[in-house]
Amino acid sequence: MGEVIVITSGKGGVGKTTTTANIGTGLVLQRKKVVLIDTDIGLRNLDVVMGLENRIVYDIVDVIEGNCRLKQALIKDKRYEGLHLLPAAQTRDKSAVNPEGMIKLCNELKKEFDYILVDCPAGIEQGFKNAIAAADRAIVVTTPEVSAVRDADRIIGLLEANELREQKLLINRVRPDMVKRGDMMSIDDIIDILAIDLIGVVPDDEKIIISTNRGEPAVTDNKSQAGEAYRAIARRIMGENVPILDLREEDGFMFKIKKLFGLKVN
Amino acid sequence: MLLDLSKLFGRSKNSKDLAKERLKLVLIHDRANVSPQFLEMVKGEIIKVISNYMDVDEDSLDIQMTRTRSEEGDRAVPALVANIPIRSVKNSGK
Repeated sequence: MGEVIVITSGKGGVGKTTTTANIGTGLVLQRKKVVLIDTDIGLRNLDVVMGLENRIVYDIVDVIEGNCRLKQALIKDKRYEGLHLLPAAQTRDKSAVNPEGMIKLCNELKKEFDYILVDCPAGIEQGFKNAIAAADRAIVVTTPEVSAVRDADRIIGLLEANELREQKLLINRVRPDMVKRGDMMSIDDIIDILAIDLIGVVPDDEKIIISTNRGEPAVTDNKSQAGEAYRAIARRIMGENVPILDLREEDGFMFKIKKLFGLKVN
Repeated sequence: MLLDLSKLFGRSKNSKDLAKERLKLVLIHDRANVSPQFLEMVKGEIIKVISNYMDVDEDSLDIQMTRTRSEEGDRAVPALVANIPIRSVKNSGK
């Protein structure tokens, strides 16, 4: 039986879709069978981030309304064996999906996949309720900014109110240089405020934009720092004990020496 | 002198401390998702009990519902935070 994980944040633009694409691909690199579901009806984007936008025939609304079979709507990623996408509908609105429909859909997918990752839309309205309806656990994405942390707090409260207590925090776009000079909240600061366990920290990395331009998740790029962070998160989701890279260490003397000689830092 | 030094090294009020402070304040209000009437009732009862032992400043008494990490540190739990300014302790309470 597979597991349903919702990736949510409240605030838009913090990296939910990028996170879904990278964690999903990361799990496939660990030989898991994964399906990514885009629940952002009307504003679908997981398809372009994954580079699968030209292969869409049917979407999630077609499946829920019975216009096609589930198998027909699932897009198989030919580059990564075991990775599938169920795209959102672009020309419908959120009312086309309801929580019951999501639960039914996910129960079907659980039979065949190890992980079902649900990319949640921004906000706390119908789309959010649909996305969390079938979830076994949640990954709350935030960035070290007051607005994103505030919204993450609201989401944590709402998930708890919906009895979804298995929640982990992912802090995205951390800039160790800014944390060091006291102009960005640190990991500890954010955990202190939100009182929730961490699943991972992803550094701000321009390779994310480059990989999105290409439609290839950064997790497959061995030189990308963010990619490395996502690979670690995928393994943590599988229950492996992978230590969280302490970004503060990057201020250390050895880091500078390693950097000076162009050595791999970890 | 000490203060100047800390300023020199940028350790005074850097922007992340401001962010943290502002967040903590705004979250106290966000998290208070119980009705004002409920809090007023709790407040009234607390004043009643405490007044038996000390003289409190009822006007500046502040009660909020918030969330905090449990003592084991493994999960978030709701917490009642009360700020009760005490004017004086009554003789009978000593």
